[in-house]
Amino acid sequence: MNVQLIGVNYKTAPVEVRERLNIPESHLPDALKRLSQHPGVDEGLILCTCNRVEILARTRNGSADLRGFIRDYFRIDPSTYESHLYELSEREAVRHVFRVTASLDSMVVGEPQILGQVKDAYAAARTVGTVHSHLDHLLTRAFTVAKRVRTETSIGTSAVSVASVAVELAKKIFGSLNGKHVYLVGAGKMSELAARHLLAHGAASIFVANRTYERAVTLAKKFHGEAILFEQLYDTCDRADIVITSTGAPHAIFRREHGELFLNRRKNRPMFFIDIAVPRDVDPEMNKMDGIFVYDIDDLQQAASSHLSDRRVEADRAEQIINIEVERFHEHLQDRLQTLVVIPTIVSLQDQFETIRRSEIDRVRGRLGSLSAEQETAIDALTRGIVNKIMHTPITSLKSAAKDAEVTSVIEVVRRIFNLNLTGDKTKEESEKKKPGAES
Amino acid sequence: MPILWLRVALGFYGIGLLCALFALMRRGILPRFALPAMSVGMTFQFVSLIEAVIPDGSNALTSIHNAESLLALLVMAAFMIVYFSYRTTSPGIIIFPLVFVLTFAAASHQHPFVFTSPVLGGWLVAHIALIFAGYAALFLSFTASLLYLIQERRLKSKKPGGAMSRLPALQQIDEIGYRSLLFGFPFMTLGLIAGMVVAQGTYGHLDFLDPKISLSILMWAVYMLMLYTRWNAGWRGRRAAYLAAGAFLTALVAWSANYFSAIHRVVQS
Repeated sequence: MNVQLIGVNYKTAPVEVRERLNIPESHLPDALKRLSQHPGVDEGLILCTCNRVEILARTRNGSADLRGFIRDYFRIDPSTYESHLYELSEREAVRHVFRVTASLDSMVVGEPQILGQVKDAYAAARTVGTVHSHLDHLLTRAFTVAKRVRTETSIGTSAVSVASVAVELAKKIFGSLNGKHVYLVGAGKMSELAARHLLAHGAASIFVANRTYERAVTLAKKFHGEAILFEQLYDTCDRADIVITSTGAPHAIFRREHGELFLNRRKNRPMFFIDIAVPRDVDPEMNKMDGIFVYDIDDLQQAASSHLSDRRVEADRAEQIINIEVERFHEHLQDRLQTLVVIPTIVSLQDQFETIRRSEIDRVRGRLGSLSAEQETAIDALTRGIVNKIMHTPITSLKSAAKDAEVTSVIEVVRRIFNLNLTGDKTKEESEKKKPGAES
Repeated sequence: MPILWLRVALGFYGIGLLCALFALMRRGILPRFALPAMSVGMTFQFVSLIEAVIPDGSNALTSIHNAESLLALLVMAAFMIVYFSYRTTSPGIIIFPLVFVLTFAAASHQHPFVFTSPVLGGWLVAHIALIFAGYAALFLSFTASLLYLIQERRLKSKKPGGAMSRLPALQQIDEIGYRSLLFGFPFMTLGLIAGMVVAQGTYGHLDFLDPKISLSILMWAVYMLMLYTRWNAGWRGRRAAYLAAGAFLTALVAWSANYFSAIHRVVQS
């Protein structure tokens, strides 16, 4: 199977690059169609989350130009992302898909959201029809593996996404989140998620400030919050106990002087800054101030991963499961591919025997006189039974020979013995033609 | 008899303290074993104090050891109030050893009391009980300040986990400290007023230069300052902790003034 994978993730590319390669959900069907029409691509799937953009494809010869697809699709300067791309193929690509789906490649190992995201990507690709045979098989297997990892290791037990870590930290500072106000600066997927978590844990209200005011309004509406003009950020920010920033600003937008201003207005009540922007929006100096707590994305990640001291052990166990599953998948695939070679012969063998059986019944049918329905069925069952018994040995020999090197000579022998040559070749050609779509 | 009950109480406090130390390593053991032990200890201490007071009347409290015992009981009571309102046992890390030491000192020897005020028995009891309630609240507030600093450092260092990961939320600690302060202030004020009444009644005048009186007023002023900065500027965290430590220190000095004050000598040793 020629599987290829290309993409960027949070390890290889900063958020600026990932954002540029992001494909919004509404554009996904179109992107999938264009991917499947790209030269050499038979099947395709696109996974797009805030931490990764990955393109998975089954290609005709295993060397389709997926970089070319990215170039054609995004039409942005390749030099801005080329160095961040990674490409995997075959076994490594399969392993990667398994690891991603099982949440081993996640920023917070074991977090449960990724499985849903992969499932969504799979559903989207199936709807468009760009995943139908081999990739379908691979993805279904990946879901089973993810489930196995989840049940056999405790990697997911205290699995926490960055958002839930943020909630936990907020609770360590404020106790209960009831009546606390949340301020979103910049509107991104991740900050939206964090805000949703905080609200679910009792936060009272949400303010949204964004450079594009319309986006702030849309987001605020979603949470029944209040949109605020970006120019009024510093005048209003002290109203919030928790500030989540995710702007694309090149420099810190919150600095020491702002912190002093806020604390003054808040009578020193503590403030919690969750900075998920890269580069950071909050000057790390602010964390040194009394009553201000700043966590950036790496801190959150660290807090999340130190959750379980034996998480690493569990992750190692999960990796072992993945290794076993990758091997198993390959053997299985090999089996399927190899049996594919003997299938035309088996089919024509079955056809041949069935023809013989039918003609023999037709030949003697007249001599038997009128038969009851039961008798008809009995004759049919009897002849079928005889044929199946006779066919059993050649078919099993063929199947087991499929794994050997001399499979072609075995096929040849069977064809000669049963005189399958003519029909056999015809079926073979047909099935060769159908082969890409043969497994469904 | 009182000394026997006090020693039984001490035994239970000891058990409670050991459980609390174990609790630093294992979760859940503190409410399960330490709290019942401490409660039983409190009951025996209470019985011991009552038995001491019945024969001697209010004068019993002027014995340094009974006073220590009373202080220990009040500190424990303050801890229990916090426990029932906030369901946190964290202050126990500091409170339990203190209660144990106070009770231990009280249970080790018994000395006759020396300070007597023939006329104003009721005022004297009020003075001692109120001041000690104030001390207990102040100590609890100081404890909360220390816990606040520990928790703040943990959150800022961004390395969660460890023995201190079970501390209550920062704002909750802050609230405990603040409420203790608020709660203790009227006691302290009324206690001082009662003390002045006693001094006035005993000596006929108030000697403000006496170390006990001047230090007590200083302590009250620091206390007032803490409340003021808190109300006005919302001081908390490091600055509040320094102030609380300062107030606690002046309280200690004011207490030690018993050893050299001319008018407030309760110690015979």
